[in-house]
Amino acid sequence: MNVPTNLKYTASHEWIRSESDGTLTIGITDHAQEALGDLVFIELPAIGRKVKAGETCAVVESVKAASDIYAPVSGEIVAVNEQVVASPEMINADAYGHWLYKLKPANAADVASLLDAAAYTSAVGEE
Amino acid sequence: MPHRRDARRNLSGKRTDGAKLTNGFAVFCRLGNALLKQTPLNTVHRAAGARMVDFGGWDMPVSYGSQIEEHLAVRRDAGMFDVSHMLAVDIEPRNATEAKENPNGVAGEGARDFLRYALANNVDKLTVAGKALYSCLLKPDGGVLDDLIVYFLSENRFRIVVNASTADKDVAWLRSLIDERGAKLTLTPRRDLAMIAVQGPHARERVWAVLQHRNAEAKAATEPLKPFMAAEAGEYFIARTGYTGEDGFEVMLPSTHAIEFWQALAAAGVRPCGLGARDTLRLEAGMNLYGQDMDETVNPLESGLTWTVDLVSARDFVGKAALLAQTPTRQLTGLLLEDKGGVLRARQKVMTWAGEGEITSGTFSPTLGASIALARLPAGVVAGERAQVEVRGKALAARIVKPPFVRHGKRLLASIKEKPL
Repeated sequence: MNVPTNLKYTASHEWIRSESDGTLTIGITDHAQEALGDLVFIELPAIGRKVKAGETCAVVESVKAASDIYAPVSGEIVAVNEQVVASPEMINADAYGHWLYKLKPANAADVASLLDAAAYTSAVGEE
Repeated sequence: MPHRRDARRNLSGKRTDGAKLTNGFAVFCRLGNALLKQTPLNTVHRAAGARMVDFGGWDMPVSYGSQIEEHLAVRRDAGMFDVSHMLAVDIEPRNATEAKENPNGVAGEGARDFLRYALANNVDKLTVAGKALYSCLLKPDGGVLDDLIVYFLSENRFRIVVNASTADKDVAWLRSLIDERGAKLTLTPRRDLAMIAVQGPHARERVWAVLQHRNAEAKAATEPLKPFMAAEAGEYFIARTGYTGEDGFEVMLPSTHAIEFWQALAAAGVRPCGLGARDTLRLEAGMNLYGQDMDETVNPLESGLTWTVDLVSARDFVGKAALLAQTPTRQLTGLLLEDKGGVLRARQKVMTWAGEGEITSGTFSPTLGASIALARLPAGVVAGERAQVEVRGKALAARIVKPPFVRHGKRLLASIKEKPL
């Protein structure tokens, strides 16, 4: 399973990268894209929207199913990736190379509560 | 009717609204579930790295990689599906003496007489040996127990092919009908057979290429076959039928031959395809899926299947009185999503001028590059009219269309912009 060690994760299959400006970049894991299959539609949140940890803030749809994407921590949406909206299949090709949205966390310390690669790998194994 | 939201899942495939799973298959499935039934090709699917799912109690491949690529392989070239979870059932006289005394099924209850009563379509349309007929199996109240293909093998010998999840129920129902009528017939479930559907514009030539070294008799017998005809050759039964809207064969063969035949087809350039592609192909072809587009709670007249019910001839059949006594208030029709904003899915609410309806099957059509659906809508709405579909709280514009959406690789909706295949 492809789980880069420089990223953080949620048990709901989002990956999170901490940027030097304090924002978080969020995408879906390779395991998630593989399970969903060919992605055909992505809906992203409005920039400026304030979200709570665990709140649904995006939707990805594959040929077979629709799935909610959750905010990993509380914060404000500061950017969305329109490229993946135009070509959702990019995520199937490279799940870690294409992000969905960027979030400015309300509390920078919340990031510590996210899963590391080893914890995510074992969480997937228990599903 | 209570308002039901469309199925929502998190990325783990767990439903977030607590409703019963209705969408054919779960996105994630634990591997190696010993409780699931396996087809003779199970080890081949697993060795190929297929994503396996619980499909009606069977451990089946949903795809071997990209579902869209599998779909397009069938539209452009040739693909194959393991459909051994479906069940063939032979219907014959109980012994040879009865068959001899009753060669035409006229005196007493032969296989044809029995099926004339048991099925909603009329087996008297089957006048040439090898001919196939699509039919519903109805309850006395007109509800659909199953849909099936019946093959006329020889007078007094018929084969039906039924859905996997309903197979046990169907056999029990047919046996009770045989007992009730005192028919001297025997039903033989053929779990000894594997079933491989080879579909696509080049499907038949690939099958022949494989048969010429293995079963030359079967190749010769299938070369002149017209659509919806079948031939028996040795232990092989090959029908020019399918569930994709493309040409091709459905091959029944001894399960002990299945792996070798599958591998020979793969070597001949036939792409293995999973149930995911099978679902998008059949939906583009405007074909119903039992359990999703119709079930015991609806009748065929409200399921787009009026063409399969013979209410004209004098014959009686199970469910006939109930169908004659009612006027359909709903119809099954096609929808094409015109707005962006998501994918049409089963259970989404549809708003029309004549009232509300519901999507029964929805997906993204790889051939059209747009979302399509089958929906049960109020009687009175017609193709060409607009409707709105509730997707995640938004009302998206859709057009009511007459299925099929795609047939023999061709887009059938004029309103859809052509894009090269």
